[in-house]
Amino acid sequence: MVELIQFGIDFLSLGGAYALMALGLVIVYGILRLVNFAYGELIMVTGYALYLVNGTALPWLVMAAFAVFIAVLTGIATDYVAFRPVRAKSVTAVLITSFAFSTLLQNAALLFISPRPRNIPLPDIFSRTVEIGGVITPVRNLLTIAMSVIMLALFAWLMRRTVIGIAMRAAATHFTMARMLGVPANLIISSAFAISGLLAGIVALFWLGRIGSVVPGIGLQPLLVAFIATVIGGMRSLQGAVLGGFLLAFIDTSLNYSLPQDLLKFRDAFTFSLVILILLWRPEGLLKGPASGQRT
Amino acid sequence: MIEVSGLEVRYGAVRAVRNVSLHVGQGELVTVLGANGAGKSSLLLAIAGALTPSRGTLHLAKKDVTGYSPERMVRLGVAMVPETRDVFPDLTVSENLRLGAYIRRAQTSAVNADLQRMYTLFPLLKERQQQAAGTLSGGEQQMLVIARAMMCDPKILLLDEPSLGLAPTIVNQIFEMIVELKATGISILLVEQNATKALQIADRAYVMRLGEIAAQDSAAAIAEASDLRAMYLGG
Repeated sequence: MVELIQFGIDFLSLGGAYALMALGLVIVYGILRLVNFAYGELIMVTGYALYLVNGTALPWLVMAAFAVFIAVLTGIATDYVAFRPVRAKSVTAVLITSFAFSTLLQNAALLFISPRPRNIPLPDIFSRTVEIGGVITPVRNLLTIAMSVIMLALFAWLMRRTVIGIAMRAAATHFTMARMLGVPANLIISSAFAISGLLAGIVALFWLGRIGSVVPGIGLQPLLVAFIATVIGGMRSLQGAVLGGFLLAFIDTSLNYSLPQDLLKFRDAFTFSLVILILLWRPEGLLKGPASGQRT
Repeated sequence: MIEVSGLEVRYGAVRAVRNVSLHVGQGELVTVLGANGAGKSSLLLAIAGALTPSRGTLHLAKKDVTGYSPERMVRLGVAMVPETRDVFPDLTVSENLRLGAYIRRAQTSAVNADLQRMYTLFPLLKERQQQAAGTLSGGEQQMLVIARAMMCDPKILLLDEPSLGLAPTIVNQIFEMIVELKATGISILLVEQNATKALQIADRAYVMRLGEIAAQDSAAAIAEASDLRAMYLGG
């Protein structure tokens, strides 16, 4: 029983973070049919924004809000720098510009800050533990779960109840048709990037909170996680991204619990093997999403 | 109302529309007939702003609107119902309709009034308002896209093959609705392959062949012209 509670908390906190990361990637993919490879750098800039305000007298929540705000701005900047100028031209061009923007940000961090890890400020509550049903667990994990629930609910509300959310869902299936109803293309795309930045920024607080520091290459793993979660879940479905995130977290957590110590460092190899099996069974991912998909 | 002159639309090296000139007057119902691949849909998409013409001009109420984006065209009162219908499949019927009124979303009461008006005009849609639009039948989807286009309160409606792939009784209903819409004073540009039906309700007609206007006259005169079949068959 104790083991089960422990497993549940680990799985849900990891799954929540994975799901939000996957959503941030798929919201842009859904509309543009293009993967934003500079997505991981949103996590990185959140970290460095936190590092830069470290030592000021600001309360941690203000620092965190500032860092998330920077992530949102970077998300929008990705659109302006890497996507908008070449969007209409070719998939390859955008693939390369988004990689280039990612490299540019990483190198800027290397050059202007440092290749070595930099500490980021964390609230005291992150390092505290609490006992639930005989399980001692970091409060941070519980906060991650709570935050995921809140963000998923907020996201669902935004997509279902607001005009901009409905317009984004519409643009994800028939982009030109949405434009012919007067939905402005640029506004929709920038909003998608902003939401992407918001999700990445918030996840970054907890992702980095586990490590306590930030390095220029920090974004690679979250990008990989988000990408794989969306591939398993179905690239075109928002629900799929959430499902894929939780499934990936379930696989990871199960392997953490079941693999012997000396195999644990190969965990990712086991995870990816399972991912390959899932894709052999369901090449389009678990959820197909709406049937359409012209690139715009 | 709308005036197209010397319009050319290219897909790479292929000229789908060549030197097409036509006009639609206030409250007029004009039909463009022609076989598959005659360039009718490209012409409509170019008027709606979804395709950029490589040559020629487009005027709306004497204003030059050549090369405008689709968003701007709809704000100027040009509503498009594409051949592909393009309902938003995972949105409900009522969300689809509300999105049709995107450009005037601030006028809540007018939008709600129009929504009720559409439900009276298309009672089937009212029954299915909470259903995902992707689950509707072809005829219902066609009604939905026409109603959705009307939600932006357009001055001119571009209809691309509204009868395509529908059962004869549904086709009759759709054509009755087009006549009803015309009675409200709106201008309509109707692209059709069902020439007989289109000519019955239209004021004037153009016949397109291989991207060019092959004939134009009043609908009655075109209907009587003996070479209509020949034009369709490319003879």
